[in-house]
Amino acid sequence: MAVTTGTPSDTQETAAPPEPRRQKRSAANVWLGVVAWVVGIAFFFPVLWMVLTSFKQETDAYTPTPKIIFEPTLEQYEGVFAAGVGPYLVNSVIATVFSTLFVLLLGIPAAFAVSLRPVKKTQDVLFFFISTKMLPVVAVIVPIYVVVNQIGMLDNIWTLVVLYTGMNLPIAVWMLRSFFLEVPGELLEQASIDGAPLWRTLREIVLPIISPGIFATALICVIFAWNEFFFAVNLTAANAGTMPVFLVGFITSEGLYWAQLSAAATMAALPVVIAGWVAQNKLVQGLSFGAVK
Amino acid sequence: MAEVVFDKASRIYTPGAKPAVDGLDLTVADGDLVVLVGPSGSGKSTALRMLAGLEPIDAGSVRIDGRDVVDVPSKDRDIAMVFQNYALYPSKTVAENMAFPLKMRGMDKEERAQRVRQAADMLGLTEYLDRKPKALSGGQRQRVAMGRAIVREPQVFLMDEPLSNLDAKMRVQTRAQIAEMQNRLAVSTVYVTHDQVEAMTMGDKVAVLADGKLQQYATPPELYDRPINAFVAGFIGSPAMNLLDLPRSSSGVTLGGVEIPLPRDISDAAGSRDKLTVGIRPEDWVLESNDADASSVIKAVVDVVEELGSESYLYAHLAEDTGTTIVVRGPGRVGVRFGDPIAVRPNPEALHVFDAETGQRLP
Repeated sequence: MAVTTGTPSDTQETAAPPEPRRQKRSAANVWLGVVAWVVGIAFFFPVLWMVLTSFKQETDAYTPTPKIIFEPTLEQYEGVFAAGVGPYLVNSVIATVFSTLFVLLLGIPAAFAVSLRPVKKTQDVLFFFISTKMLPVVAVIVPIYVVVNQIGMLDNIWTLVVLYTGMNLPIAVWMLRSFFLEVPGELLEQASIDGAPLWRTLREIVLPIISPGIFATALICVIFAWNEFFFAVNLTAANAGTMPVFLVGFITSEGLYWAQLSAAATMAALPVVIAGWVAQNKLVQGLSFGAVK
Repeated sequence: MAEVVFDKASRIYTPGAKPAVDGLDLTVADGDLVVLVGPSGSGKSTALRMLAGLEPIDAGSVRIDGRDVVDVPSKDRDIAMVFQNYALYPSKTVAENMAFPLKMRGMDKEERAQRVRQAADMLGLTEYLDRKPKALSGGQRQRVAMGRAIVREPQVFLMDEPLSNLDAKMRVQTRAQIAEMQNRLAVSTVYVTHDQVEAMTMGDKVAVLADGKLQQYATPPELYDRPINAFVAGFIGSPAMNLLDLPRSSSGVTLGGVEIPLPRDISDAAGSRDKLTVGIRPEDWVLESNDADASSVIKAVVDVVEELGSESYLYAHLAEDTGTTIVVRGPGRVGVRFGDPIAVRPNPEALHVFDAETGQRLP
């Protein structure tokens, strides 16, 4: 999702001449601009079409010649709500928000430790973190299923919260570590001479410096948790299903109703797009951290 | 107000390896500004960090005002430090930066604000109190770091190359400011620099370090006039002293085919050594006329002339022995150019003579 929505604005930046306008642009530049636009549109068009379709009547959505001009309606969205998307949305929000909070709560101290207070085995610890991402999820789903079943946590949203926390934690620690490494060591030494206890140093001095990095990390966690499908579809049923699970069920049951399906898909994509849009500035700051200092 | 004592203090990074600071013995008298100077890797910063509590003291001890601080954490040593990069907290304003150490000690808000105002007044920072460090120039940031050190009213100031991030003009200006402030507050200060000009101009006493060992600890004039070994002789002074390995002759040494007589006490101390390291400062050469008697002057050919206005420095190689180069101070309008011959004679009163093997001063 993030890729598709990011492309058009990137393309604009490439294609639009910077102000003040340079005297002459070479032919190669113009061609590059055209190619960028074409690629951008090719990526973005299906998504745009999906959003457009979601505002159509079913009859307009399924015509042999695609209709560009049509009377927009919210009927499809009402239909999706009527089909019971509500609890799925709530589940997705719970799973995403809580897992992201837990990741930050556990990941920030961990990243602080491995970056600013390294010990002999820090490298091994870092490798252990990342190694947990090497095993394919499919390979662990059976044991996880058995365990979750045994402790009676199947179809429970907190199961997903725990799994998503575990899933995102290694990535978050690695990401946060790179931001922590940018914090000048002298600042910590100054703080220790000034007599600031560790938690105060962290809260008042280090965290404000790396807040763009924390934002970026949180956004990545939100996106991964929101889009996660495999655990959700295997470990949940009617009670704890999330948006991706709802969407798949919807395709099977309402597969012929393009407009309504588009509305459901748009709803599933929207929160992540909004989160990305809100965090845009912070994100760019976070990802280009080294340049700021 | 405190005396700082390094008592055979050592820092050993890896057991068995050469210590970064090797048995440092140094006493900073109460209210003095002592400069630790040396090339990079000499252990000067490590010594300062040991005093600050940022590096452990592996052997020996460090005492502040008579109290052994080996096991005392930084915050309880009653010191304030100014770092090379100033280490200002970027998310805090100037006022908050300066007040932070006071806040951490639980001082009440009123007194904090008053002390910050006072320090800001003194440093000309009053109008910047609400700014973030990002919005300040290098010189202003440096002053904020100083201010944060002052408000603590510590027993000792520690400064780790506080001027090296400033441009040349600011550096000279700030150098004088720091010296003046230190005199006024009369707080014992340990100042680390690699710049021997800073060391000579600021220090009440200067400690020259090399390879983790203290070479000489003395007042600036003493360092300049009586360097204890060839390293100190070459390190202090700019341009550096000419250090020449010369063979003995009957009454002195020979340079470029010319015999340079040595004073009696030196030649006695030199004993039967057949080679000596002789140091001659650039200003201790006398420029002679080119027609002077060849047996009493040394002939050289100029490679580079540096005209500084009030004086000039001639870099030349000897006519007899082209591998030997010397630096000679001349008058402001010296009137020689690249390739010109010159004739020089060392001032026999001002020779520094060292053992060619150990580098130790003779006598």
